[in-house]
Amino acid sequence: MSKHLIIALPSKGRLMEKAQSLFSKAGYEISRIGSARGYQGEISGMENAEIAFLSAGEIAQSLMDGTIDVGVTGEDLLRETIPDADAVVDMSVRLGFGHADVIVALPQCWLDVSTMADLDEVCETWYARHGRRLRVATKYLRITRRFFADKGVTGYRIVESLGATEGAPASGTAQVIVDITSTGSTLTANNLKILDDGLIFQSEAVLGVTKAAMADPRITEMQNRLQKAIG
Amino acid sequence: MPGKSSTLRTELASQNKRLLALFESAGHEFIEPDIIQPADVFLERAGEDIRSRTYVFTDPDGNELCLRPDITVPACRYHLAKAQTPQTEARYCYSGPAFRHHGTKAGSNAPREFDQLGLEWFGASQSEAAEAEIFNLTIAAMETAGLKNYTVRIGDLGLFNALLASMEMPERWRRRLAREFWNPRAFYKLLRHLTGEQPQVVTSSSALVETLAAMEPGNAKQLVDNVLDKNDWPLVPGRTGDEIAARLSEKAADKNSHPLDKDSAALINTYLNVHGELATVEKSLHGISRQQQGQFADGVESLARRTKLFDLAAMKNGTISFAAEFGRSLEYYTGFVFQIEVTDTDGGPLVIAGGGRYDDLISDIGNCQSVPAVGSAIYAERLLAAVKGQGS
Repeated sequence: MSKHLIIALPSKGRLMEKAQSLFSKAGYEISRIGSARGYQGEISGMENAEIAFLSAGEIAQSLMDGTIDVGVTGEDLLRETIPDADAVVDMSVRLGFGHADVIVALPQCWLDVSTMADLDEVCETWYARHGRRLRVATKYLRITRRFFADKGVTGYRIVESLGATEGAPASGTAQVIVDITSTGSTLTANNLKILDDGLIFQSEAVLGVTKAAMADPRITEMQNRLQKAIG
Repeated sequence: MPGKSSTLRTELASQNKRLLALFESAGHEFIEPDIIQPADVFLERAGEDIRSRTYVFTDPDGNELCLRPDITVPACRYHLAKAQTPQTEARYCYSGPAFRHHGTKAGSNAPREFDQLGLEWFGASQSEAAEAEIFNLTIAAMETAGLKNYTVRIGDLGLFNALLASMEMPERWRRRLAREFWNPRAFYKLLRHLTGEQPQVVTSSSALVETLAAMEPGNAKQLVDNVLDKNDWPLVPGRTGDEIAARLSEKAADKNSHPLDKDSAALINTYLNVHGELATVEKSLHGISRQQQGQFADGVESLARRTKLFDLAAMKNGTISFAAEFGRSLEYYTGFVFQIEVTDTDGGPLVIAGGGRYDDLISDIGNCQSVPAVGSAIYAERLLAAVKGQGS
């Protein structure tokens, strides 16, 4: 008897709709058990498996904890939630929706700053002048720390921001932001620019599979069928 | 590791007691700075990165605190709170636990809680004497503990700045070279940019910098104002149009400056390659100081005076060498720097103790004038393990 698999899908919004239609195209019909707001579901075309409807953030967390085997969520959330994401979760099947760039942006008026190296210099003069560190507003604490360390930028502090991050530089609560953007229009509207080397990565929805579940033939088949459906 | 056995605890306590007695008899007051510290002090000074190495937590009132990642900063805070003025001379010693997170990466079997013993001397007027005294006491501690076959590496970060100061180049280049000194890869890249060996990378600021470089000096602010007006980009709090213009002007001036001459770049490289026994090193440094008078020559004289004050006869079981590059990866030191190492069981170097001068630390924390400070720290468990391991 094969292991009971738990596959998590986003519980609401466009991510849920896109995921369901992709699974259906790949030959897996998803149906909710009980009411339309139920949190459990069934999946056709796969033995001994169930669907859990969770928020995108919970899916990343549950993949890390190993309480689910497979989950559809954003790469940004996986990389933010799991310390060494590539070692814990396979993200090789990229689903082709939920595109967003994770970027470093700062005020357009900083005409002299266009690279992370520039930012590093400004961080030092900022500290010398203000006696406190320059602030970076973001909800991506871990991604920011890792990227800035890779670029050799250390003289800053993070302000956690859980919404309207792009407004931080104008209000003065932070000078720099790390955020997601798809069209860039929010950045433009807030007079922000992306640094030349400020693209951290291009995120999209992925099929996250725990390394432990990778050996299961049902998972391999699911990856293949989804990949075909994506085209 | 589940904890210390009764035997280990007793051995460690006995070692630490002997070392503290040594420090106290040399005139260092035994203090116990708080283990729980405000996280802000560490984060503001060192930046966000220190969070990845420090146990930071929030208390029930919402204050961000941390377990001290070392005891030097807590000792500085103690001094700022207790001394009459930050400049008041004081000598301290301490012994107690410190805490560091090492991440999950390979090779991180370093302990997350460890005993640190240390010395601080704040506000000393005779800088070379204070440096030599801290150095001698730390070596005496190694000998008292019974350590054998140790190597001592010393360096002097102040000498590098003195070399730059004695060379012909724009002040902003000095500032940038001094800043990148901590990051060798970026440093050599910058050096190649300054000598023109490697072209500058084109960025989205380059066009504006080119425009400014072609204009008469003094037009930067006007240019910034025009660009901001034309695009309707407002200034944001914290940085003025003048600051932005000033930094653009520096970039433009870099374009118009003669490149750094090859001889100066070569001399910087020659200096950074100086290493070896103290006597040989002094000869090499004197050789360089004949080419570079001024601050560098003064720095070499100071180094020679300090070396004379080292009690090398007391260093029975160790060897000592100097390297100009040494100290490049160490935090907060500003001048003389030293480190004591043994060979680890896996053949690699294991740091047992280290110290040096850090004149900016108290002023960074206390928002006051710079205070001369020299100190050292000893990893107590490593020292004990090394002493015990060498007999078997």
